[in-house]
Amino acid sequence: MSAMISINDVKKRFGSNVVLDGITLDIAKGESLVVIGGSGTGKSVLLKSILGLIVPDHGSIAVDGRKVRGHDKVIMDKIGMLFQGGALFDSLPVWQNVAFRLLQGKRRLPRAEARALAIEKLARVGLGAEVADLFPAELSGGMQKRVGLARAIAATPEIIFFDEPTTGLDPIMSGVINSLIREIVVELGVTAVTITHDMSSVRAIADTVAMIHGGKLRWHGKVADIDNSGDAYLDQFIHGRAEGPIESIR
Amino acid sequence: MQAITVFQGFLASIGRSVLGLCTSVGRLVLFAIRALSALPTGPFYSRELAVQLLRIGYFSLPVVGLTALFTGGALALQIYAGGARFNAESVVPSIVAIGMVRELGPVLGGLMVAGRVAAAIAAEMGTMRVTEQIDALTTLSADPMKYLVLPRLLAATLVMPILALVGDIIGVLGGFLVSVYRLDFNAGAYVTNTIDFLEVGDVTSGLIKAAVFGFIVALMGCYHGYHSGRGALGVGQATTNAVVSASIMILASNYLLTELLFPA
Repeated sequence: MSAMISINDVKKRFGSNVVLDGITLDIAKGESLVVIGGSGTGKSVLLKSILGLIVPDHGSIAVDGRKVRGHDKVIMDKIGMLFQGGALFDSLPVWQNVAFRLLQGKRRLPRAEARALAIEKLARVGLGAEVADLFPAELSGGMQKRVGLARAIAATPEIIFFDEPTTGLDPIMSGVINSLIREIVVELGVTAVTITHDMSSVRAIADTVAMIHGGKLRWHGKVADIDNSGDAYLDQFIHGRAEGPIESIR
Repeated sequence: MQAITVFQGFLASIGRSVLGLCTSVGRLVLFAIRALSALPTGPFYSRELAVQLLRIGYFSLPVVGLTALFTGGALALQIYAGGARFNAESVVPSIVAIGMVRELGPVLGGLMVAGRVAAAIAAEMGTMRVTEQIDALTTLSADPMKYLVLPRLLAATLVMPILALVGDIIGVLGGFLVSVYRLDFNAGAYVTNTIDFLEVGDVTSGLIKAAVFGFIVALMGCYHGYHSGRGALGVGQATTNAVVSASIMILASNYLLTELLFPA
């Protein structure tokens, strides 16, 4: 399978703090990769580097064969993203958040059509048309995640990024969001990259798992293999043990 | 030896401050150029511009109007008291008019708008930065410079002269009310004196100043909000910096513009 995202020897430091230290990773078309690792290990920096929001000090990243060099509209048009906190626009009602991309740029749709499409996407994530005219502040955390998910899939992207999709949600809502993500990824056939600490998300969403530790790619393999990886770091992380090679005080 | 070390440290701290100032000015100028260079390339978010015209312009009217009304009234009392020392009380209408139109209307209006609008813009954009809404804009193929910054810069630059003009009229009205009802001026003579004395250049110079002040207010709000630090503290700091820097820049640019428009 050809690589949809190709990360080659990427290094990034902030001052004296080395965040990414030579990450090399290929993500195939249609693959669902989950990136795990402790807080501050560089997962979000890697994600933002793929998006062009952070420029690496060394190495290269290519998305669908196109090299990432900062903000690139061509690449962005292929991407949908669910942010950790939803990142919904406070000043816009829910339907305009979902249809934001459909109301701008080359593929601008008439407002009525964009609204109908937004309501369709909201239905796909289990929200009724009655929320369309509410503002994000009027929604619960779980509903905000669903709206964020609807926004991520609204323009039928080829790649979707999920940044900590279940953070701050109760276990049941986490399960609902995980199921939704898996269904959508399979249904749309998109390439998915998820960052999470939540092992239930890993098992529900992932085809493959990559663990980053100390800025390096510690382990990369199929989700079915994580319990028998033989890697002490991965083993400690997935079982949430305080004792092990990963220092508990960072 | 120790004195030399202390002196070197003193020079180094001055050097650091100067370099820091140059860096900040450079960043601000580049930020403004990035925002303005988005104007000819499009897309242009006219709906956002309309919203900002309403927020910055219409909703600032009460604060600008009240400031101008009371300032015009106080100015009339002060000029009357000062003029009385030279038996020149009759200059009240002309000095109130020229003072309001050339200086106090645009400057006080600018400062009041800086307090209201620069703070609001910085807080809004700072919150958007902290909650990743600005990153979300980028991932949705919308350039934050075009979607967020440019409409605010244009709206404030366009609407501030209108606010200043409204402030001028209300300020002169404030002077008129105090002069007629408190200082027993003749109403007709007051109006005639005001109209006869004012020149078109007096009004246009005030409007030019106001446009510059509007640009400064929006620029400082956007710049500090866009580069806001994390958390509530970061947003609070951005808001404070926006208001303080906008106010100082308004006063400094007012002097420079006055030199330019009314050379001695």
